[in-house]
Amino acid sequence: MRTWLADFDMRNAASLDDALEVLAGEPGAWTPFAGGTDLMVLLEAGKLTRKRYLNLWSIDQLRGIREDPQVVTIGALATYTDLLESRVLQDEFPLVCAAARETGAVAIQNRGTIGGNIANASPAADLPPALLIYDAALQIASTRGRRVVSYVDFHKGYKVMDLAPDELITAITVPRGRGGWIQSYRKVGARRAQAISKVCFAAAADVVAGQVRDIRIAFGSVAPTVVRCTRTEAALRGQTLTRDLAAAARAYVDRDVSPIDDIRSNERYRRTVAANLLEQFLVGGLR
Amino acid sequence: MNGEAVSLQGHPMSRLLDVLRTTLRLTGTKEGCGEGECGACAVTIDGRLVNSCLIPLLQAEGTSIVTIEGISSGDELHAVQQAFIEYGGAQCGICTPGMVLAATVLLDRVAEPCLEDVQHALAGNLCRCTGYMRIFEAVLAAVKYHRPPGVVA
Repeated sequence: MRTWLADFDMRNAASLDDALEVLAGEPGAWTPFAGGTDLMVLLEAGKLTRKRYLNLWSIDQLRGIREDPQVVTIGALATYTDLLESRVLQDEFPLVCAAARETGAVAIQNRGTIGGNIANASPAADLPPALLIYDAALQIASTRGRRVVSYVDFHKGYKVMDLAPDELITAITVPRGRGGWIQSYRKVGARRAQAISKVCFAAAADVVAGQVRDIRIAFGSVAPTVVRCTRTEAALRGQTLTRDLAAAARAYVDRDVSPIDDIRSNERYRRTVAANLLEQFLVGGLR
Repeated sequence: MNGEAVSLQGHPMSRLLDVLRTTLRLTGTKEGCGEGECGACAVTIDGRLVNSCLIPLLQAEGTSIVTIEGISSGDELHAVQQAFIEYGGAQCGICTPGMVLAATVLLDRVAEPCLEDVQHALAGNLCRCTGYMRIFEAVLAAVKYHRPPGVVA
C-alpha cells in the first residue's frame, strides 16, 4: 500500500439520523463513504486527501427502490446490481439499467451505489446522463431539514455540487410516464466492461406523426460535468424529424459540449462522436 | 470466513485483501491491479462477487465471506476448479482464483448459462495468458456437473 493507514479514520453510522448528526457536528470533517469503489482506489494510490470517513454502508433506510403512482424513488445506497434487478426500472427506465450494465463489471456493480456515483461527481460517470434524461431529482437531508434539487441543477462545475458539507443525498426520484418515447443509451469506450467512457450518451424523444414533440439529450465525458444539451433540445423541439434535421443537429450539439484532451481520448474525437451519436439517434427515430 | 467465525482486530480502512493475505494467511486471493480493474482479488461477500482490494475491513464485519480456499469440500474440488484443470483454464494462475469465484457465482445464479452469460460474468476478470477461450470452455463444461445450492436432483 502507498498509504499510511494510521493517518486515516473510519466510523460507522448507525442510522441516517446518526450520520446526519455526525456530519453536522463537525461540518467537513467526515466524508461520507458508501460502496468504496472510487475512494478505495484513491486510498491505495496514496491520493486520498481527506482523512476521516463515515461508513454509510449499513444504513438500510438508504436502500431499496420504491414505486409510487407518479414517481419511482431509488435509495442512495442502491447498487448498480439493485438497479439492474429492479423490474420497474427495467420496464420504465431502461436507460438507467443500460448504464448500470455498462458500468464496471459484476464485482463493481455489486458495490458501487447510485448516490456515491452522483456525489463522486465524475464528468465521465455513466449513470448521470440517464438520470438527466428522466428529469431526476435528488432528495437531500441534513439536521437542518430536507430539500429536493433538480438533478440538472446539481453539478455546478468540475466536482462542484449543490451539496453542503453537512448534507447527504438520501434518494433519487424519477417521474413515471415516459412510455412511448424513443430512448437510447450508448457508451463509447475502449472496452464494454470496466473501461471508463470516452463519450457516453443518453437521449429520449417523444416523436408523434413525424414531429419532435419533446426531447432530452445528455452526455458524459464531454464537459467539466455531465451535461444536458438544453440548447440542442430547444432547437429540435417542435421540428419535423427528417434526415436533414438529424444532420443539422450536429452543429447544435457541438455548441452544447466542451470536451478536452485527456488520457482516454481527445477533443476532436469526442466532438465528432457526440455529433455521430445524436445524428444516429435522430435517424433511428425516422423508422 | 469460509464458514467459520473469525475474530480479529485491524484498521477499519484496511483493505480486505490485505487482511485475507497477511492476517489470515489466505494467500489464494491474489493482488493484481489494486484498483478494482482486474478481478484477481475477487471473493464473495454474502454470496455477491466483490473485489477485496476495494472493501474496507469495517464493511466486512458481520458478513459471510468465501475465498478460493473455501469452495472445495475437503479433497473434492468444486466443479469449476475441476473443469479449469481439465480444460486448461489456468496458466500462470494469478487470475485463476478470481475467475473461479466469478464463475461459481454465475453457476449459483444461472442454471444453464450460455457463452454470453459466461463472458458477461467474467468481464471484470482479466487474464494475460489464456486468451480466455479455455476459461470460457471450462466454465461451460462445469455447468454439466455443478448443482446449484438448493436444487434437489
